[in-house]
Amino acid sequence: MSVQQTDKKIVEVTNLTVGYGKNVVLRDINFSVNTGEIFVILGGSGCGKSTLLKHLIGLYQPFVGDVLIFGENIVTAGETQKSLLMRRFGVTYQSGALFGSLTLAENVALPLEEYTRKSPAEIDTIVREKLRLVDLSGFEDYLPAEISGGMKKRAGLARAMALDPTLLFFDEPSAGLDPITSAELDRLILRLRRELDTTIVIVTHELDSVFTVSDRVIMLDDDTKGIIAEGTPEALRKHSANPWVREFLNRSNMKRKQA
Amino acid sequence: MKKKTMPTLRDFVEGIGKASTIIRCDCRDMIAFTGDLTLTLLFICRHPGKIRWRETLYYMDLCGSQALPIVLMICYLMGLILGFQAAVQMQKFGTEIFVADLVGFSILKELGPLMVAMIATGRAGSAFAAEIGTMKVNEEIDALSTMGLSPMRFLVVPKMLAMLVTMPVLTVFGDVAGLLGGMTVGVTMLDLPMVVYYNRTIEVLSPTVFNLGLVKSVVFAFLIAAIGCMRGFQSENDAQGVGRATTSAVVTSIFWVVVADAILTMLFSVLGF
Ligand SMILES: Nc1ncnc2c1ncn2[C@@H]1O[C@H](COP(=O)(O)OP(=O)(O)OP(=O)(O)O)[C@@H](O)[C@H]1O
Ligand SMILES: [Mg+2]
Repeated sequence: MSVQQTDKKIVEVTNLTVGYGKNVVLRDINFSVNTGEIFVILGGSGCGKSTLLKHLIGLYQPFVGDVLIFGENIVTAGETQKSLLMRRFGVTYQSGALFGSLTLAENVALPLEEYTRKSPAEIDTIVREKLRLVDLSGFEDYLPAEISGGMKKRAGLARAMALDPTLLFFDEPSAGLDPITSAELDRLILRLRRELDTTIVIVTHELDSVFTVSDRVIMLDDDTKGIIAEGTPEALRKHSANPWVREFLNRSNMKRKQA
Repeated sequence: MKKKTMPTLRDFVEGIGKASTIIRCDCRDMIAFTGDLTLTLLFICRHPGKIRWRETLYYMDLCGSQALPIVLMICYLMGLILGFQAAVQMQKFGTEIFVADLVGFSILKELGPLMVAMIATGRAGSAFAAEIGTMKVNEEIDALSTMGLSPMRFLVVPKMLAMLVTMPVLTVFGDVAGLLGGMTVGVTMLDLPMVVYYNRTIEVLSPTVFNLGLVKSVVFAFLIAAIGCMRGFQSENDAQGVGRATTSAVVTSIFWVVVADAILTMLFSVLGF
């Protein structure tokens, strides 16, 4: 492996075993994400996708293994170092995770207020721009409780992008969105990569968007508690040795043909 | 299948073992949380600009202004009840005027701070636990951490500051209401002239007595806010979990408030106050 290739790795996971209490959810996971890549984590419901994501971003301590982000080990990092590292990437959560006591604009403005020296007017401009990106113009002053689930997801995206991070983690960004908004989200993801060279790690169920946006996917499995397939979605769909993987990825084709 | 049998000695010992493990874990968590909180409070003292003032004011309103009517009413009634019970006994000896002493000391040293603490536990402590627990379910706490923002500074410090400021103030109001309750009994039931009762109260009560009550209320405020927040952070990730966290916050707070009251009372008397 050449030095150049290792340098390009923005997330690197080695021998990761994760779980809760005594219960192992995933065992001995190895993979890496290259800079500028759109990387998708697939798998059935409850197989541990969100769990894996939360360990990647350093929220939970894994049983064993290492996670390198931007070349720094987030597993062994101290409190301060970890929080500095965390600021450099954006995350959206499956449930949106907006702060209930703040309006959408305040939610998006929070990281800007905390970490930049921008004036309130500048912040306001950025906030409006981010909310426009996710199609939420005009909802600046709404509280999270006053908008729909899909809108919360999109507002979460806007907040994750507030500081223009070069690495983004999305947990099921398109679940609960209508097909048109979902397609727009895919276009937004592609544009972020094209214009800002952002690396994006996505957990998703939406096969349509997997085929549209992803460069590479890994597929997690409940029974083996590990990765059962890795590669480009097209190659896996056609040539995977595992029939379950082929079937999972072909579902979207069936759906498309019927439509 | 497990058969139901009479509990044996073994079960009993096992039960005690389990319970003590739980208590030990609980104490360890509490110490860890207090340490963490102390560090954050020290950090805040050095960087006062990092205080979230808007949230702090919101909680001051919630725990302070909005609690005032109930505090006044409960403390007035406490004074009334206390005065009545004392009056019945004192009348037997013809020493009615001592009702003023009894009510004054009890309210200022004990019942004022304690009643305010009980009300704050029910109103604020439970609200803190429920709020933080719900935020945990919504992954909001995770979101704060990954934004590099300390949940301690964002969620606990505003609540703690609000409680530390409002509880002593509420206690002052509660004290006054309680004394008025005692006076009501003195004037109506014992036919003492208002000015006599008033003078007697002023004569026996010293600023120290009043201050000791305030010291207690500050300690109670710290306990209630810390335990409410801690139980919120410990809440399990579902709706029932939040409910249990709230209940536990109230029960634990009441327990520790009473324990702290006992310790402080002993301490004060040893120190000769
Ligand atoms: N906080 C937790 N404590 C204990 N177990 C948990 C916790 N969160 C998740 N689990 C368990 O871990 C397993 C994986 O959950 P996870 O949320 O990662 O699944 P997922 O792949 O994201 O599913 P979905 O697609 O439905 O979001 C599940 O069996 C779940 O019961
Ligand atoms: Mg999930």
